[in-house]
Amino acid sequence: MLNMDTADLFSLYRQMLLIRRFEEKSAEMYALAKIAGFLHLYIGEEAIAVGAIASLRLDDYAISAYRDHGHCLARGSDPGRVMAELFGKATGLCKGKGGSMHLVDLPHRFMGGYAIVGGHIPLATGLAFANKYQSLDLVTVCFFGEGALPSGQAHEAFNLAALWKLPVIFICENNRYGMGTPAERAIALYGDVTETARSYGIAAESVDGMDVLAVRSVMQRVVAQVRAGHGPWFIEATTYRFMGHSMADPAHGHYRTKEEVEEYRKRDPLTLLKSTMMAQKLADEADFKQLEREIGEVVRAAVKFAEESPFPVRSALHADVVQE
Amino acid sequence: MELSYREALNQAMREEMRRDQRVFLIGEDVAYYQGAFKVSKGFVEEFGPKRVVDTPITEAGFTGLAIGAAMAGLHPIVELMTMNFGIVALDQIVNNAAKIRYMSGGQLSVPLVIRGPGSAAHQLGAQHSQSLEAWFCHVPGLKVIAPATPHDAKGLLKSAIRDPDPVIFIEAQLLYGTKGEVQEGEFTIPIGVAEVKRTGRDVTIVAYSKMLLLALEAAEALSREGVEAEVIDPRTLKPLDLQTIVASVKKTGRLVIVEEGWHFCGLGAQIAESVYSTAFDSLDGPIRRVTGEDVPMPYCRPLEDAAIPDLPRVIEAVKSLL
Repeated sequence: MLNMDTADLFSLYRQMLLIRRFEEKSAEMYALAKIAGFLHLYIGEEAIAVGAIASLRLDDYAISAYRDHGHCLARGSDPGRVMAELFGKATGLCKGKGGSMHLVDLPHRFMGGYAIVGGHIPLATGLAFANKYQSLDLVTVCFFGEGALPSGQAHEAFNLAALWKLPVIFICENNRYGMGTPAERAIALYGDVTETARSYGIAAESVDGMDVLAVRSVMQRVVAQVRAGHGPWFIEATTYRFMGHSMADPAHGHYRTKEEVEEYRKRDPLTLLKSTMMAQKLADEADFKQLEREIGEVVRAAVKFAEESPFPVRSALHADVVQE
Repeated sequence: MELSYREALNQAMREEMRRDQRVFLIGEDVAYYQGAFKVSKGFVEEFGPKRVVDTPITEAGFTGLAIGAAMAGLHPIVELMTMNFGIVALDQIVNNAAKIRYMSGGQLSVPLVIRGPGSAAHQLGAQHSQSLEAWFCHVPGLKVIAPATPHDAKGLLKSAIRDPDPVIFIEAQLLYGTKGEVQEGEFTIPIGVAEVKRTGRDVTIVAYSKMLLLALEAAEALSREGVEAEVIDPRTLKPLDLQTIVASVKKTGRLVIVEEGWHFCGLGAQIAESVYSTAFDSLDGPIRRVTGEDVPMPYCRPLEDAAIPDLPRVIEAVKSLL
């Protein structure tokens, strides 16, 4: 019989495993040309979306950049409809019109993935502005990579959020590379990126983005602060992507070494949580095997749903440009 | 009642803000300065700083914020101090406001008005004198309105504020002080409906915003010479009311389009193509365009005058078709 804590940890592990296996399957489907366009995998960064979103209420807002599958799934989106969107099918979250980089799931308050670096950060301040304007005690969580940090739109958004004490939490997923350019060659304040936020008067801290429990613990505290109306927060979650920037490049490529990737893989967020649970004898191998079977089935079903769904009909082309 | 264009805009926003708590005004100096062109006079006193929001000079940031607020159900009115500064916010307008409904498969809406003065206002130089309507019209997902009279300005701004999609609302700076009769009481003018501003049998002149006044002036001058021009103001540039234009062309057989924007890829080129492809047989001659010159706007008055359509050029264009 699992106690509550164990169930809770399993839930976090389950979500991370879902994202991991979903992403692996996406890569496979990309190789089979079932998925086209750009495909940016979240493998290695799962603990951030899962830890952060676990601290939210269902009616809080989340918004992300183009590496968005993890956030969408962590928000509770149906994996079948996410996969169908990647396949470009009519049953996809966005009827096949968004694709991998533009997932939106309004019922789950996932307000979208956006693919102009830095461009969605002002949107997050707007969601927060609306909540404050309507006196709702909702928070907005905005995920972006450290590559967005030097962008002008990020700075304009930080300034507005701080100026108007907006209930928004900026989560900088620092995976150390903006595509192939290391952050230290792109960000003047790379020594401590939280300085960027602090310079606007935004409270900020760093957390180990490989440790889902650490992420959740920081977020629970921060969400309470922000919900109480104490203004925006900035969290740097240090992480690493185990795969290439997108499916267009290999895991390590020319810009980083295989050894470096291997080194970071030792801190795989799934392995970390699993080790903790095993060490505390909260679960054994059989439990994890059972979970693997379950998740494998969920992902297989998602692919089956996507495969069997129809493409949008031609007449869908002109729908949704403006309200009919 | 007679109102200035500025007062008509003020009334439209005031009425809509009284009607709907979700509507708020945001932009540079819109509150205590009352707007760079005093369009929001008295607003902060009536609605308070929560709904009349002064911003820092960061168009991308506050336009993006307004788009996000619209996604969450508010109805923002963004005032750009001039439409030229919309270029700074173009990523937000084009990549977010215009596309979010489509990319989300219809899940999200962006009910948003972005308004401010456009076109030349005499000797403001190259960066403050642009007519950028063709840029916005090019983008699927945006509606573009450029009214010329106080009455149209009021009725269309009210419709724009109630519209469920992003609307670019271009006011010509030189029109703010112009006066005209405005219908009393509550009224709106539907988006996408042109108006025949003057009837005539010999030639159709299509002109919008400030250029409508020029076209009407040209029509009066031509009338004295026995040429009766029909003048049509599309009022909404996108979606364009092609029907009204084509109906007129079928009657007159001749079309002149007057626009202040640059010639190459200008809005008139699109209007001409639309007319050619639907009413070619009705035309007695080629469609003539009178446009801004393809140069950055010069500062000095003689060169500036040379860069903008004027009365002789409109009259010459009409006469070339007779």
